[in-house]
Amino acid sequence: MDIFLQQIINGLVQGSIYALVALGYTMVYGIMGLINFAHGEVVMIGALVSITVTGTLAAAGMPLGLAGLCGLVAAILSCMALGWSLERIAYRPLRGSPRLTPLITAIGMSIVLQNLAMIVWGRNYMTFPPLLPKINFEFAGTHFTLVQVVIVLLSAAMMAGLVFLVYRTKLGMAMRATAQNPAVASLMGVNTNRVIAAAFVVGSALAAVAGVMVGSYYEIAHYQMGFMLGLKAFTAAVLGGIGNLAGAMAGGVLLGIIEALGAGYIGDLTGGFLGSHYQDIFAFVVLIIVLMFKPSGLFGEKTGDRA
Amino acid sequence: MKNWLNPRSTVGIALIAVALIALPFVVGAAGQAWVRILNFAILYVFLALGLNIVVGFAGLLDLGYIAFYAVGAYTWALLASPHFGLHFPVWAILPIGAVLACFFGVLLGSPTLKLRGDYLAIVTLGFGEIVRIFMNNLNSPVNITNGPQGITLIDPVRFGDFSFTGTSQILGLTLGGPQKYYFLLVALAILVIVINVRLQHSRIGRAWQAIREDEIAAKAVGINTRNVKLLAFAMGASFGGIAGGIFAAMQGFVSPESFSLIESIMVLAMVVLGGMGHIPGVILGAVLLTFLPEALRYAVTPVQMALFGKILIDPESLRMLIFGLALVLVMRFKPAGLWPSPERSRELGDKVAEGAK
Repeated sequence: MDIFLQQIINGLVQGSIYALVALGYTMVYGIMGLINFAHGEVVMIGALVSITVTGTLAAAGMPLGLAGLCGLVAAILSCMALGWSLERIAYRPLRGSPRLTPLITAIGMSIVLQNLAMIVWGRNYMTFPPLLPKINFEFAGTHFTLVQVVIVLLSAAMMAGLVFLVYRTKLGMAMRATAQNPAVASLMGVNTNRVIAAAFVVGSALAAVAGVMVGSYYEIAHYQMGFMLGLKAFTAAVLGGIGNLAGAMAGGVLLGIIEALGAGYIGDLTGGFLGSHYQDIFAFVVLIIVLMFKPSGLFGEKTGDRA
Repeated sequence: MKNWLNPRSTVGIALIAVALIALPFVVGAAGQAWVRILNFAILYVFLALGLNIVVGFAGLLDLGYIAFYAVGAYTWALLASPHFGLHFPVWAILPIGAVLACFFGVLLGSPTLKLRGDYLAIVTLGFGEIVRIFMNNLNSPVNITNGPQGITLIDPVRFGDFSFTGTSQILGLTLGGPQKYYFLLVALAILVIVINVRLQHSRIGRAWQAIREDEIAAKAVGINTRNVKLLAFAMGASFGGIAGGIFAAMQGFVSPESFSLIESIMVLAMVVLGGMGHIPGVILGAVLLTFLPEALRYAVTPVQMALFGKILIDPESLRMLIFGLALVLVMRFKPAGLWPSPERSRELGDKVAEGAK
C-alpha cells in the first residue's frame, strides 16, 4: 500500500508537468487544428534559458533563490517570444494550406530548435542548480520533497489562472469563439490572428514553467529533453480529448499516475516477464485502449471533421 | 495512363533506363559511399510509396510507419543470421516479412478504424513506439531481438550461389556489393512503382481517394470503408516489410535505433514534401530528402572553413539545422509539395477559403 501511495504521488508530480505541457498543445489544436510538434522544444528552451540565467546571476553573487526566480521569469519571457515568433514565421503563412503542410513545418521547426539549442548549449547534459532547499516530508509512509510539492501547487495555480483567462476574460472569449468558428469570430470583430498568437504565447509561457519544473525535478537538462516529454504531453492531451482544457489537465495527471503505477507494478503483473523499462509503453497502450472505446478522448466532443 | 507505346514515351523510357543503368557507375566514381546513399534513396522511395498508399491515397495520417519496416527488418534478421542459426532463402523470408508486416498493419488498423485525423496520428505514433520499445527490450528473459545491441552478421541477399555482397564480374563489368544491390533495388522499385500506379487508378485506389475526400460520402456510395481502410494499412505495411527485409540484408546489421520515431517522421516528410498522393512527387521527395542531409554532411565543413577559416559550429547540428530550415521553407513556398498532382494544385485554390478551420 505504501508503494501504491508513493507511486501515486510520483505520478501526480510527473502528471502535473505533463498537464502544463498538454495545455499548450490543446490550446493551439483547439483553435487552429494544428499539432504543434515544436511545443516540446519550447519546454526544452525554457529549461536551458533558466539554467543559463540562474547560473550567471548566481555566479555574480545573487542569492540562489532570487537568481532562480529571475531565471524562471527569463525563461517565461523568452519562451513567450519564441512562441510568438514560431506562429508568426512558421505557421501564419500556412493558414489555409493543406492539413499536413503545417505538420511538416512543425517538425522542421522542432529539428531547427533542437539543433540551435545544441549549438548554443552544447550536447552535454547540464546540471540544474538546486532552486529549492532539499526538504523531505513524510506522510502515511510515503516520502516526498519540497520540489514535488511546489511543482504540484504551482501547476495547479497556473491551470487555475488559465481557466480564468479562457472563461472569464475577453481574450478568453475571443479564443473560444475562434476555436468554434474562425470565420464567424472574425465577422464579430475578433482579430483571429491576434487570438491565435495569444494562444501560442500563453501555451509557451506554460511550457517554460514546465521546463523549469522538469529541470529542477530531475536536476538535469539537455537539448533533447523536449521531444519525448512533448510526445507524452501530446498523448495526454489526446487522451483527455484534444482541444479541451479540462481534458488536457485530466489526461496529463492520469497519464502521469498510470505511468508511475505501471512502472511500479508491471514486474509483478507479468510474473517478472516484463520489467520497468517498459514504462514508456504504458502511455501508448492506455491511449490506444481509451481511444478504442472513446474515439475522441475522455472528454472530447464528437466532431465531424474528416481526416 | 496514356498510350505507353507511342514513339515519344518509348524514347523517354529508353533514356530513363540508360540513365538508371549508368547511375551507379557515375556515382560510384565519387566513392562507394555514394552508391550506398543511392541505395538508401531507393529504399526510401520504396518506403515513401508504401506510406503514400496510407497517407496520400487513403488520407490516413500514419506516424508509426517505420514499425512495419522494423518488422520486415527483424524478420529477415531473425530468419537469416547466426542469432538463431537459421538461414532461410530470400524467396521464403521476403514473403514472410511482407505477410508479418501486413498482419501488423491490420493489427494497427483494426482498433483505429473509428478514429479520425489526428487521433489516428497519435495512435499510430504510439504503435511505432511500442514496437520499438519491445525490440529494445525483448532480450530478457528470452533473448529474441538481442535488445539494444541489435543483430549482426545477417545474411546478404543470395540467389543460389550468387551473393549480393562482395565484388563479382557480370558481362565484363566489375560490380561492387552496393552496385549489385542497386540493381536489385531498382528492379524492385520499378515493380513497386508499377503496382502503385496501377493501384491508384484501380477500383480500390478510387475507393481510397473517395475515403480521403469524404468518408461519409464514400460509405454512402457503397464503399466498404472498413475493409478498404484495412487494405490500405495492410498494403502500405507490406511494402514497408519488404523494404525492411532488404535493409537488413544490405546492412548486415539491425538495431532498434534505426526504427525511431524520427524515421517515421522523415518518411512522412518525404511524402508530404514531394507531393502527397502524387507518385512522381513522392519519389522526388524521397530522393531529395535522402540526399540533402548527406550532401550537407560533405558541404558544411568546407564551407565553414572557407568562410571563417575554422570550424565555428558543430557540423552535425549545423547540417540538421539547415535540413529543418529547408523543410520549413519548402512548405512555406510550396504548401502542396514540390511536385503535387495537377488535380491537387487546382483544388488548392478552393482550399484556401475553406482551410481556416
